[in-house]
Amino acid sequence: MSAHPAAHSRPPAFLPNWPARLAWLALIAYSFYAASILDVTWERFVTGIDNGIRFIGRMLPPDTSASKLQLLAKGLYESIEMAIIASALGIALSLPIGLLAARNLMPAWVTWPMRLFIALCRSFHQVIIAIIFVKAVGFGALAGILALTVASIGFIGKLFAEAIEEISLKQVEAIRATGAPFFSVIAYGVLPQVLTRFVGFATYQVDSNLRNSTMVGIVGAGGIGGTMFAAFQRFDFDFLLTILLAIIAVIMVSELLQNQVKKLYQ
Amino acid sequence: MAGAQPGAPIPATIEVRGLSKEYRRGVPVLRNISIAFPDRGITAVIGPSGTGKSTLIRCINRLVEPTAGEILFHGADLVRLSRKALREHRRRIGMVFQEYNLVERLTVMENVLSGRLGYLPAWKAFLRRYPPQDIAMAWDLLETVGLTQYVNQRADALSGGQRQRVGIARAVMQQPDILLADEPTSSLDPKTSVEIMELLASITDTRHIPVIVNIHNVPLAKRFASHVIGMAGGAIVYEGPPDGLSDDHLNQIYGGEDWQE
Repeated sequence: MSAHPAAHSRPPAFLPNWPARLAWLALIAYSFYAASILDVTWERFVTGIDNGIRFIGRMLPPDTSASKLQLLAKGLYESIEMAIIASALGIALSLPIGLLAARNLMPAWVTWPMRLFIALCRSFHQVIIAIIFVKAVGFGALAGILALTVASIGFIGKLFAEAIEEISLKQVEAIRATGAPFFSVIAYGVLPQVLTRFVGFATYQVDSNLRNSTMVGIVGAGGIGGTMFAAFQRFDFDFLLTILLAIIAVIMVSELLQNQVKKLYQ
Repeated sequence: MAGAQPGAPIPATIEVRGLSKEYRRGVPVLRNISIAFPDRGITAVIGPSGTGKSTLIRCINRLVEPTAGEILFHGADLVRLSRKALREHRRRIGMVFQEYNLVERLTVMENVLSGRLGYLPAWKAFLRRYPPQDIAMAWDLLETVGLTQYVNQRADALSGGQRQRVGIARAVMQQPDILLADEPTSSLDPKTSVEIMELLASITDTRHIPVIVNIHNVPLAKRFASHVIGMAGGAIVYEGPPDGLSDDHLNQIYGGEDWQE
């Protein structure tokens, strides 16, 4: 003990963080309480597994009859079209909106309305926005495209504005010092610094739009979702499986394409 | 103001009159500065860090807005110019930065050509549709600074000395009537610093572009400058030839004597 004479007078090396510990305890306790209120029980989960297995049994084998495949191709193709149009629109619109929302480049009276607009676009799930657009422009792909476009602006616009706010202003300053006009300052001082990140957000959003374009059809906004919902309601579970497998295939192909696109802009 | 102009007065390229700058009210960084910068050779502005050298040089092309005073260049007062007129005058003022300030993700060629942005409509610049004579000039300049083999490399692939050469080429691309260099050697090793100063000296000699350089390395300033301005506490305490710079002046500028050992 004499080797460490100061051992008793030194403060502990790691202080306990009591507020954080209490917060974790409270979270766990509340989760149990909420589960009991919502009738979340183990028995129901176990019977559910049973039902699930029977459900999967009824899905097999997938229905690959020609008429169903035609239906699938039509719906899926519409979904892909919707996703691509919405992505193109969303990307094109988020570029200026993101720029105008960047607080290091623009005055507050410009950024505030833009940030508010982006926040509005982000407030609701695509399906809710799709319901609104179905009411506004009627059933079909247009409503879906508009809903996905709004979602794209919300996502890319926000992240793009944040990316711009992190750029090095030294590079911008150097371009300004050459007497470059405003748009050249953007094209040379700002865009090169954020382009790879913008491409990253955009490809992610294309992927997200593809997945969501299979969803909005459920509320009548076009695409494979409508076909899928009908299959559900008609207990065509074998066709449902065909649709699900096709969606998985499309998402995987899109993933491969995304990686290729990102390689173009390393 | 110590030191005297030898011989005939040299015509000025840029004249600063009564320039003051306060970033915060009541805390002046520049106090009523008046200088006529000679229209040839290297003018070195020396002084300790935080004495307003950078602010002075940035007020000239209004990267920093002056609080008061006039900056006369090409018969106009830069301080009172509109945005558009300011851009037109900035084209004739090249600037070289301490940390090079290249656009890291653009190529060396694109960085050099960006010196022409003030002369080109934005859409042409965006599509890289530079006039052939601009591209020829960029090649010539890259030859001068010895970087032709890096033309298509991205700026972030270069070493510090190479980057500063690109920065200088970009500034000269503007075909400026004056070059401002804000601590161009402070991020470089001693050998590269001398090379960069030699490059600036050769540019001022062969192209007759006057250079104003902020520098805190006194021997380097004395070696390359034909005119020296010493600053302390936001004011000018010496103006004259490098030979006239005495130890007394240096003590006044940098305070104390220990650092000279």
